Amino acid sequence: MLRVYADANATTPLLSEVLEAMRPYWMERFGNASSIHLDGQQARTAVDRARETLAEFFNCHEAEVMFNAGGTEGDNTAIFGLLRPGDHFITTSIEHSAVLRAAERVAERGVDVTFVPPEPSGLIDPARILEAMRPETRLISVMLANNETGVLQPVDEIGRIAKEARVFFHVDAVQGAGKVPLDVRRIGCHLLSISAHKMHGPKGVGAMFVRRGTPLEPFLVGGSHERRRRAGTENVPGIVGLAKAVELSMQSLEDGTMDRVSGLRDRLETGILELPGTGVNGGGSVPRVANTTNIWFDQLEGEALVIALDLKGVSVSGGSACHSGATEPSHVLMAMGLDMNRARASLRFSLLRTATGADVDHILSVVPGAVRHLRALSPVAAGTLG
Amino acid sequence: MKEHTTIAVAMSGGVDSSTVAAMLAQTGHTVVGLTLQLWDQTRLAGKHGIPEAPKAGRCCSLDDVYDARRVAEHLGIPYYVVNQQERFEQDVVKPFVAEYLAGRTPIPCSLCNNHLKFDQLLRTARSIGAEHIATGHYAVNEYDPERRRWILKRPADLAKDQTYFLFGLTQEQLAHTLFPLGRLTKPEVRAVARERGLTLAEKPDSQEICFIPGGDYKQFLTAYLEEQGEPMPETAGELVTSSGEVIGEHDGISNFTVGQRKGLGVASPSPLYVLQIDPASHRVTVGADAELATRTLRAGQLNWISIERLSGPMRVKIKIRHRHEPAWATLEPAGADEAMATFDEPQRAVTPGQSAVFYDGNEVVGGGWII
Repeated sequence: MLRVYADANATTPLLSEVLEAMRPYWMERFGNASSIHLDGQQARTAVDRARETLAEFFNCHEAEVMFNAGGTEGDNTAIFGLLRPGDHFITTSIEHSAVLRAAERVAERGVDVTFVPPEPSGLIDPARILEAMRPETRLISVMLANNETGVLQPVDEIGRIAKEARVFFHVDAVQGAGKVPLDVRRIGCHLLSISAHKMHGPKGVGAMFVRRGTPLEPFLVGGSHERRRRAGTENVPGIVGLAKAVELSMQSLEDGTMDRVSGLRDRLETGILELPGTGVNGGGSVPRVANTTNIWFDQLEGEALVIALDLKGVSVSGGSACHSGATEPSHVLMAMGLDMNRARASLRFSLLRTATGADVDHILSVVPGAVRHLRALSPVAAGTLG
Repeated sequence: MKEHTTIAVAMSGGVDSSTVAAMLAQTGHTVVGLTLQLWDQTRLAGKHGIPEAPKAGRCCSLDDVYDARRVAEHLGIPYYVVNQQERFEQDVVKPFVAEYLAGRTPIPCSLCNNHLKFDQLLRTARSIGAEHIATGHYAVNEYDPERRRWILKRPADLAKDQTYFLFGLTQEQLAHTLFPLGRLTKPEVRAVARERGLTLAEKPDSQEICFIPGGDYKQFLTAYLEEQGEPMPETAGELVTSSGEVIGEHDGISNFTVGQRKGLGVASPSPLYVLQIDPASHRVTVGADAELATRTLRAGQLNWISIERLSGPMRVKIKIRHRHEPAWATLEPAGADEAMATFDEPQRAVTPGQSAVFYDGNEVVGGGWII
């Protein structure tokens, strides 16, 4: 059966160049980057080169690049590493759970947290951030692109607000990185987190921009790795893979790939919207990353549609997975003001950078039939569930 | 059933439903595993004495979902967890709580089967293109062309008979449901599980109510009402004998069930049992064991399986709780959707809120809720 993977915001496959770049660092060049001998030096060289690539990607100094284990660690490090009891923290209600759960944790420990809600469009209004500011505000954390809707947040403006107020600013760029150009100087942030596996790199590795002078307390302590900011033997193959993935995504930001992807996404979106009782969450005039569309379908259960599409060879997602693997309505869509039924009946399609027109054709050949079938069975349609 | 069809197996992570999946996966049908996520076991954990960490072997616990998923992986079938927590709370948990607060003794498994599980499984199955569902219940389900009805029967392993909990199945549901374990005994099922290489072949059976891991429903009522911000209704009242003599007081009617002996809080030369709970006056009547016996029962919200409806008196055996040996009675229609049964021999502790299931030999005639 032909399968089309349209869940790139969950994860992406390695590109073959990435696998090739990593290959020598498992067996031949296996050294510990902290060792003095040649084996160690080979590993150190690889990590340093990767750092150079990341510095170019972020537009920062190499010393400001810290490797870690991915987006969750970056988000957690920013929050636990800067906030102390009595501080005030501003974030948004549409962040990834790596930010939201960490925010709840520091709140339990005496940090006052403000969750700024989005506009119905899915956009965070910088004025709402400004309104939330207080003298004790120490950190603002806002995502670059929302994972569910793809909506790009006005981080440049929020960066100016943070600078004005001399407040630390963390950007969760896990979903935006590789899809839109990044520039930490333009944003004016102190911290920014990315993850390799969202951009065709390996899982379990990421990086963080840490602006010089940011008093970030290490999250992991032990050896003096990463300038004593993050203990633990460097994941050399992972770091090499991350750098290669970053290098390739910088290319794809310049060679028209993203325009092609957004063209495919638009065609997919238009095709699905031909079905009656559908609409885009966070669409319209708000800026979005090129690959994502989030669509509601009246009169059906999104969870059932995800399963039906999976069995027909289309991988998409709806809502977020709870601890058991069941789907819960997206907190992002709920925060945007969707009612529970509509949030439940929404699906995210997120295309890979390598998506083709044939992929979109296949999705469009499967979705309408599945939607009609489900609607015919739907208790929502029959009115039995109210 | 067609030669090749798609079957959705309801997988709980226990040995029975896992074995069903393993048996069907060998038949050449397309098999899809589904687990209904009904309750978050961590939700009330640690509150009012509810265990912090639920033991393994309780439905919807992470361990059980993990076990179900591992079986599906082992068999190479697709597997999905379907979130039905809201519906479960609405259709099972809330009525369960309300029943206790009204002085009755509910059966959540039947509430779930009647109002949620089969309906939802069939709906999810159809939405993914499956024509049938299969479960690990011990029961037999056969079509009788003469009566043109689907007939539910007691299984080969009478010790595992689960027909008592299935009396609410509609003809439509039975027509699309398979019970592949109906002709096997539990030891045979475990043997099949071992043969198919299922590592959970020796997993113990779960006995408790799935959303009450510690098994103490009173703790659950308190913790749930507190979470909902609802006060525990004031239902304290008098303990009286059947002759009307007040012999003590009690803290609330939800602490009692008909036939209960322990925890009455009064000393008496001979053992006392709860005979009756009056939700209006909050009065709990107690008496001797012999007084528990009654000759009649009234059941409502009836569902008929082997017959279309009850049109006149019928001789049946009636089971009034899960561990009850069905007893001979004459069943008669009474009122709109009710039936009245007269037992040949008085039965002990007929308990409002439990179900009464009517049998004709091995066939389930139908059933209802004891009023």
